[in-house]
Amino acid sequence: MISRRQALVTGLSSLGAALMLPGCTKPLPPTYGNILRMADNLTYMAHRALLPGQSLAREYSYSDVSSFPATGTTDPSKLSEDYARLSGTSFDDFRLSVEGQVSKPGLYSLADLMNLGRTTQITKHTCEEGWTAIAEWTGVQLGTLLQHAGILPSARFILFHTYDEWLDSIDMMDAFHPQTLIAYGMNGKTLPIQHGAPIRLRLERQIGYKSIKYIKKIEVSDKFVDYGEDIGWAWYTGI
Amino acid sequence: MPESQSETPSVGHRLWVRLSHWLITLTFFGLAFTGIEILMVHPRLYWGEVGNDLTPALIELPISRNYKHGGWENKVAFFDGKSSPISASRTYDIFNYNGWGRSLHFLLAWLLVITGSLYLVMGLFTGHFYKHIWPRLRELTPRAIYKDIVAHLRLKNIESTPGNYNLSQRITYALVIFWLFPVMLITGLTMSPAVTAALPFLLDWSGGLQSARTMHFLVSVALELFLILHFVMVIVTGFKKHIVAMTVAK
Repeated sequence: MISRRQALVTGLSSLGAALMLPGCTKPLPPTYGNILRMADNLTYMAHRALLPGQSLAREYSYSDVSSFPATGTTDPSKLSEDYARLSGTSFDDFRLSVEGQVSKPGLYSLADLMNLGRTTQITKHTCEEGWTAIAEWTGVQLGTLLQHAGILPSARFILFHTYDEWLDSIDMMDAFHPQTLIAYGMNGKTLPIQHGAPIRLRLERQIGYKSIKYIKKIEVSDKFVDYGEDIGWAWYTGI
Repeated sequence: MPESQSETPSVGHRLWVRLSHWLITLTFFGLAFTGIEILMVHPRLYWGEVGNDLTPALIELPISRNYKHGGWENKVAFFDGKSSPISASRTYDIFNYNGWGRSLHFLLAWLLVITGSLYLVMGLFTGHFYKHIWPRLRELTPRAIYKDIVAHLRLKNIESTPGNYNLSQRITYALVIFWLFPVMLITGLTMSPAVTAALPFLLDWSGGLQSARTMHFLVSVALELFLILHFVMVIVTGFKKHIVAMTVAK
């Protein structure tokens, strides 16, 4: 979590850096020091301070389910031999690792996750590009999984490691939101590969790319990790 | 410069009006620029809640996308039947680096909301809106409106001195301040999944996120047209007079 003071100090110091180093050699995209992150942090703090913490995103009816583009990585087989092998056997040997600040770190098969919980919701996916799509998602609430693994009081962020070598994190407010799912089903079937099989995150109050696909490891951490910083993508995208 | 003893006494806008005018102008330019940048990622507009490359568009804007992708593959239907919604995979050639446009847009939106709120509070409490902007009901006679429109179309006899605006001017300013800018704010917030989870009625007001997005675009075009019109009228009715009033105010 970013404290007000931290945000202010980062903002001011980066403003100073930007003024002193007009010809800075950072690669694309422009991040203007940390000024853009300062705006993201302002939005994050404003949302957390002003909006009710556990308000639910709107849910739709089955007839609202729409066509749904699959973007970003649509098959990690080329990136990961493990993934290629697992997808060849319908993910029977897949084991989700839950580790870090938990009292019972462990491995979960798809059947374990299905036994742990089954929540279904029909929600809207809002892509940062501007398009939207509605789908039905089935999965176990992330909060249920974290409690099953014995999440410790030192936990501050939940990190998701993926087969397409991505990493993203969310805060505890989002992690224990009732609509935050580790989804294993989509539109009444098992989750298709192009939409993140075997499991993906559903995070309904942020922009689509935070609902990260192809999760292989969940790490409960006391540290803040901002993987998107180098490419200029905001960490918090409640928008 | 010699003191002018002309018909119009030298009038300057008050400091808070000048400051907010230029701050709002600056943020508006930034918002328009980053808004176009964001739009170029997906220049298709829709109505309702849903819209994407696999559904028909309401308007397809003739502007190029600012990234390239390699087309769609692996089309599969979700359900049985011909009318089933489908899924397809997008291949990409160039990774999408548009995050800065969004973050900058929201930074400027914050600035505009803060400046705009201060402007509204000041305008209300100093009587600026009541005295200079808000058209009086008794003024809105067909005859007066007709006369004013004719004067504008002929570009003749347009009475406009700083702070003493003519009828069309006040109607236009009132529309921009009390209608177009609030609509921009509301439709902008309607595109935020966090905000609409807390305030779901926003989705009902516009009829859905994509309707809000389309309106956000159309109103931004209206504001850009206003900007051009405003600039033209400033030149027509005395560029120097207006610029002085809105800057050094002497």
